[in-house]
Amino acid sequence: MSNVTYISGKEPHSREHRLIFRNIDRKGYDPGLKCYLKDGGYEQLKKAVTMEPKAITDEVKAAGLRGRGGAGFPTGLKWTFIPPTNTKPVYLICNADESEPGTFKDRYIMHQDPHQLLEGMAIACYAVGAKLAYIYVREEFPHAARILEEAIAEATKAGFLGKGICGSTFDLELYVHRGAGAYICGEETGLIESLEGKRPYPRIKPPFFPAVLGLYMSPTIVNNVESLCHVKHILAMGGAEYAKLGTPNNTGTRILCVSGDVQKPGYFEVQVGKVTLGEVIQDLCGGLKPGRKLQAVIPGGSSAKVLRADERFKLKRGDEMVEIGLEDIPMDFDSLAACGSMAGSGGVIIIDDSRKISWVLNNINSFYAHESCGQCTPCREGSLWMKKISDRIVAGKASPDDVATLESVANNIEGKTICAFGEACSWPTQSFIRKFREELVADTREELAGVPVNHETTLAAANLKN
Amino acid sequence: MADDLVNVQIDGTWHQFPKGTRMIEACRQAGVEVPHYCYHPKLSSPGNCRMCLVEMGMPPRPKPGEELTRDEDGRLPIQWMPRPVIACANTVSENLGIRTESALTKSCREGVMELLLINHPLDCPICDQAGECRLQEFSVEHGTGGSRFREDKVKKPKNVDIGPRVRLDDERCIMCSRCIRFTAEVADDPVLGFTERGSHTTLAVHPGRRLENNYSLNTVDICPVGALTSTDFRFQMRVWFLKEIESICTGCGRGCNTEVSSREGSILRQTPRENNEVNSTWMCDRGRLDFHYVNSEARLTQPLLKGSEGHRAVSWKIAVKTLADNLAGFESSKIAIIASARLTNEDLYLVRRLAQQLGVKELDVIARLGEDDGYLVAADRNPNSRGAALVLGLDSEPGSRVCGIRRDIESGKIAALLAIGEDLTSPEAGFSPALLSQLEFLGQIHHTANSTADAAAVVLPGATSFEKSGSMVNVTGRLQRLAPVVPLPGEAREDWVILRDLLQALDGGNGAGSSDEVFSLLAQEVSAFEGRTLAGISPLGEVLLETGETVPLLEREKERIAKGEIVG
Repeated sequence: MSNVTYISGKEPHSREHRLIFRNIDRKGYDPGLKCYLKDGGYEQLKKAVTMEPKAITDEVKAAGLRGRGGAGFPTGLKWTFIPPTNTKPVYLICNADESEPGTFKDRYIMHQDPHQLLEGMAIACYAVGAKLAYIYVREEFPHAARILEEAIAEATKAGFLGKGICGSTFDLELYVHRGAGAYICGEETGLIESLEGKRPYPRIKPPFFPAVLGLYMSPTIVNNVESLCHVKHILAMGGAEYAKLGTPNNTGTRILCVSGDVQKPGYFEVQVGKVTLGEVIQDLCGGLKPGRKLQAVIPGGSSAKVLRADERFKLKRGDEMVEIGLEDIPMDFDSLAACGSMAGSGGVIIIDDSRKISWVLNNINSFYAHESCGQCTPCREGSLWMKKISDRIVAGKASPDDVATLESVANNIEGKTICAFGEACSWPTQSFIRKFREELVADTREELAGVPVNHETTLAAANLKN
Repeated sequence: MADDLVNVQIDGTWHQFPKGTRMIEACRQAGVEVPHYCYHPKLSSPGNCRMCLVEMGMPPRPKPGEELTRDEDGRLPIQWMPRPVIACANTVSENLGIRTESALTKSCREGVMELLLINHPLDCPICDQAGECRLQEFSVEHGTGGSRFREDKVKKPKNVDIGPRVRLDDERCIMCSRCIRFTAEVADDPVLGFTERGSHTTLAVHPGRRLENNYSLNTVDICPVGALTSTDFRFQMRVWFLKEIESICTGCGRGCNTEVSSREGSILRQTPRENNEVNSTWMCDRGRLDFHYVNSEARLTQPLLKGSEGHRAVSWKIAVKTLADNLAGFESSKIAIIASARLTNEDLYLVRRLAQQLGVKELDVIARLGEDDGYLVAADRNPNSRGAALVLGLDSEPGSRVCGIRRDIESGKIAALLAIGEDLTSPEAGFSPALLSQLEFLGQIHHTANSTADAAAVVLPGATSFEKSGSMVNVTGRLQRLAPVVPLPGEAREDWVILRDLLQALDGGNGAGSSDEVFSLLAQEVSAFEGRTLAGISPLGEVLLETGETVPLLEREKERIAKGEIVG
């Protein structure tokens, strides 16, 4: 790796461990095939097609790779869910809808190193027996779609895609499919519906588990961009060696996308669990802005439950429970879950004391009200209701009762919807109210209890958008 | 215990169901209603309304080496899950538990009800659905009775013209998607869909398209709220004033089972009644709306005799006697009778007796043929062709002698004609007024004034199929019952009564006192009906003939049931 040099000012931080992002911001690196091949590109695919497909899955399982899209589900295990008796075609879909607010990693892979993704996908397709695969790119990434299409054309011409890949009998057709601008398309069954040309209404599970009844009611594996890239490196390193990166059950590297109130926001590829939240803020991001104090952190994309700066957490260290502060939380799946939030999509949002909590919550609520697909009742009706209440809190037109109502609306959504969007839109409200109730109530006025409200004037008063 | 049965605990009581039964259906069979909006057994289950959320439990997963203890009945303990599940799409399995009355289930229902109502206009006083609205019903049963919603409601289009027979109010729509699924999955005319997102989701017809297929009104039936209403029925009557009577549609040979709703002698609407051997839960728009003629100004209400100055009203006694005397005055070979395959078996039986009494050989009905639409509309547009063939003992296709009768009138071989329930100048019958004028005598029994009646010397006012009791045999050979829904106008009589009186006038004997009695006589004489009674015909009918004919729409449903797509 020593021969890799980076564009001045964009050098990786010394705490980083660049695997997926090795070529991001690399000096002289371009998204073309030639450049990719110069650096050992498609060698892993050449190796893969000589292996037993199951052996590849076993390596991915041994590596302990967990999905980088948000849920953190073990990738190798997901692949084994295809029924062994299946006779239908198997599809693989790369979820490049990267739409969780605070997340901006996949776009860099697609923009700067598309062949890494294609190689990862081709290996994954070989492992699961897919001959047709799609990259579902969000509408807002037209550039990425163009680059990927060029890369697919190049790779096909060079025999890395298409018929008889690398001299084997393995055929793979790969297509880019562009979304139409909906957050819900990041939900895998919504994505599948969209790919089928329908409204992206997530499907009920059971019975529509994608690995059994996915695209065109055939077994379908949906993996995130970053997850698929990891497959290439797992094959290169061997599963066991890869698993030495990171921490047990939280292996490998992952890209953190840090945004908000820090000196140097950006993307950082680190070994999972090897840096703490404090180190992310202080070391990787150069600390908070001068004179500011940390107020809260949303550690895994906007739907993750907020963590309060002065909160104390109980975490298992070996056999004993220890109490730690926010800054000491290791950035891994299990620790963040144990602290009541989640690692999610890797989008870390830092909120300092200059932010009004009601405004932050309302910003999130506005996003989810706008993005609810509207298929099922609780989320469809509840997400806009929550937004309207938080509009009023920001506008100073709410009473303390409204905070209680807001919390109860969130409770009536969580766990009662078709897809995880219900949680995505209710967790912020639930956690913000639980942890910042006083701050929110402080923005309300007792005398407004029961007073009729007008949404237009509320929005105007707070300079908010509908 | 059979292998395919599983033990399921519902609200503390154990039941057995076939494996794979949907939880909502298991509860229904156990007498427990799970409220729902989007679920419909004949459509796919999207699980979108969330009204049927219930608490569910399963045996805990034993730790390695641990053995779960069974109770004295052999049941394993149930571990209740913190997350509710939808009862519509999930199926039962061994030792499953369902709680429909628990705190969790109740809180889910209260929450969903509140959310469904926050943007609903709550315009029940002016809503046509009031009284048969699931939103009203479940609000009473499962709602909290109040709302905490203080915001402005979302505004959506109202009174939207989406097709000739269906109106849409988007603010009342709860986005259950039943109508969308019906048009896509059953009617193969996917013109409905949602636009916009989230709370702004709006049901709409696709640009440039209309909801105008012949099954469009089924969407009104399955709409659980007042979003889709029938242009024909809306604002005609509060539904709680309607009197509903079970009958069958006589628009074609399918005999779709119906419920006919009337108020003070006026029919206001006709809706399909579930019969999985005939029409599932659907019916076509044409058949459904084919009742307005009952209230027509042109109904015949008095017996009429033709004189030099046109028709004049006379008493039934004189009219029947005149008809009998006239017919008796002709040689048998000079008389023809054209009856109708729209008459009941009972009517037709008395037509058979009349023909026997008069010695008439020239006897037939008018055929009405169209195209089978591949769903419910049968190619035979007569409701009782099979009955007519059986009861009249026709030895050839119904209608095949009509052409010969026309020729015989032209040649003078036939001089007297009695037309029962048919206007012979209709395109299907093909008699011209000029041809009819060649007859020495023409008699007519019909419910509505027409050109044949114009030419007839004796006109007796009969009944529509909404005013008579009796039975018919549909195209697949099913014997079904017709019920009188509204009283006859003026002095009009049921056709069997008229025919009985005519027979009495001819032979002087005592006739049957009821259509049930007529059916009994029929059962004694026509072997296919042997051993049956009119009152004994089940509300869903019974198989009379094994025709081997299938109903395209039902076949498709069976396929979907087999695939598990629908419950059926």
